[in-house]
Amino acid sequence: MTDPVLSVSALTIVFGSRVVIQDLNFKVNQGDGVAIIGPNGAGKTVLLKALLDLIPYRGEIRWSQGARLGYVPQKIVADRQLPLSARDFLAAKVRFLKLPSDELEQVSTELGLTTQLLDANIGILSGGQFQKVLIAFALLGRPNVLLVDEPTASLDELTEERIYELLQSLQKKRGMTILLVSHDLSVVYRNAGLVLCLSKGKPCMGPPKEILTPAMLEELYSAPSLYYRHIHEHEPVIPGAKTTPEGKKC
Amino acid sequence: MLRVQGLLLVLAMFFSLAAALVGCLALMKRMLLASDVISHLALPGIGIALLLKRSPIVGGAATLFLGTFLVWRLQKKTGLATESAVGVIFATALAIGAAVIPNEDLAESLFGELGKLSLVGFLSGMAAVVFVIVSILLLRDQLSLSILSPDLAAATGVNVSRLDLRFLLLFSLTVLVGLRFMGALLASSLIIMPAATARQLADKLTNFVLVAGAASLLSVIAGFLLNAFLFKFSTAGPTITMFSALLFGASLLVKTK
Repeated sequence: MTDPVLSVSALTIVFGSRVVIQDLNFKVNQGDGVAIIGPNGAGKTVLLKALLDLIPYRGEIRWSQGARLGYVPQKIVADRQLPLSARDFLAAKVRFLKLPSDELEQVSTELGLTTQLLDANIGILSGGQFQKVLIAFALLGRPNVLLVDEPTASLDELTEERIYELLQSLQKKRGMTILLVSHDLSVVYRNAGLVLCLSKGKPCMGPPKEILTPAMLEELYSAPSLYYRHIHEHEPVIPGAKTTPEGKKC
Repeated sequence: MLRVQGLLLVLAMFFSLAAALVGCLALMKRMLLASDVISHLALPGIGIALLLKRSPIVGGAATLFLGTFLVWRLQKKTGLATESAVGVIFATALAIGAAVIPNEDLAESLFGELGKLSLVGFLSGMAAVVFVIVSILLLRDQLSLSILSPDLAAATGVNVSRLDLRFLLLFSLTVLVGLRFMGALLASSLIIMPAATARQLADKLTNFVLVAGAASLLSVIAGFLLNAFLFKFSTAGPTITMFSALLFGASLLVKTK
């Protein structure tokens, strides 16, 4: 049995008098695809920041030796006037970390970033283009663990689908471990090997089929979930829940 | 006298390049306006030094760096935006400066000509300017990353808090060199205006920095010449700033065409 790539024990994060995460314990193995879900304010982004050592915490976060982390942050609103191209941005990381000079071209080719896109200023890129640039930024330095925070927030469904396909192919091709914060439970159901749910009650972790049940979701989001119907169409699993014509996810 | 003016012009030309570089980054960090008032932090030190018959530049440097450090600490400890932190410290510094600077020295403190430029003053000014230019070039990648996202920069290994302090100190050092011929009120004008002008004319990083450098250098040379041969004020600060403002106006015209 190999050692886990990440071990978290007794993790507690407090902002002022507010306890955001309390006594969280979990392990992640190399190559796992873990989706982190939970209602707003449950501490999903805060957990990623703690894993990256960006905020203070109590407890222990232990990464295995040789773990190289890449981070794709939640949507960044870039100043439209910023005279900084995607290439300037990626090249800054290459120079700062003293990476091989051809890595920028390699990653750009892998993600299909065209010369035109690389030379465009960040402020004028579309949401999907900028997200791809952020993923390219995270991949510089050959990480074997990717921490991704809601990569498709405010993107249209087609772009959202493409971003998830990209992440999935990266996981398969590179054998990467991916920790992904997402609100989109149907995507989580389809793509994640494991689900970590954060809530004010007891956090839980397991395969999607075990975690994304009506009872668990109702407890997690403190409201009847319509998501389950989306996956299992026409199966009224939540007693008393009304059917919506679209059967949208929660 | 001519030698002193020559040294002052050479120092001012190098200062203009450092100021343009610092200004480009301050504009990208959206702290140009906040930066403007940083120069006023020198006023209490200049006043105290004049009262004690000491070098006003040394006194100005002391309160400038102390104020800069306080701005950084206030920002870090309270999460205040730079402009709020600078605003609080600035108002305090201005009040102390106005109270302690002798009336007859007030104009010089505000508009420049703080004593004669000695060889030591010239060499230390040049060393400071070269230090600022080299430091900014070395820090440019970290600064670019932190401008776009401090979190992303920190996750990449940049110590963002330390970087903020270093940038503020480099900013203050640039202002300090400019104090001698621009004064506390106008020292940061060459940091603000050329960067704002360049932003109208260039949207690529390299061009942005080059245009800002050229606009700054041109402002200094034209400002010195206009003052020496036409206006004959006691300091070149006003003509440099006015020429810089003219360039900004011209850039607006070019952009709207």
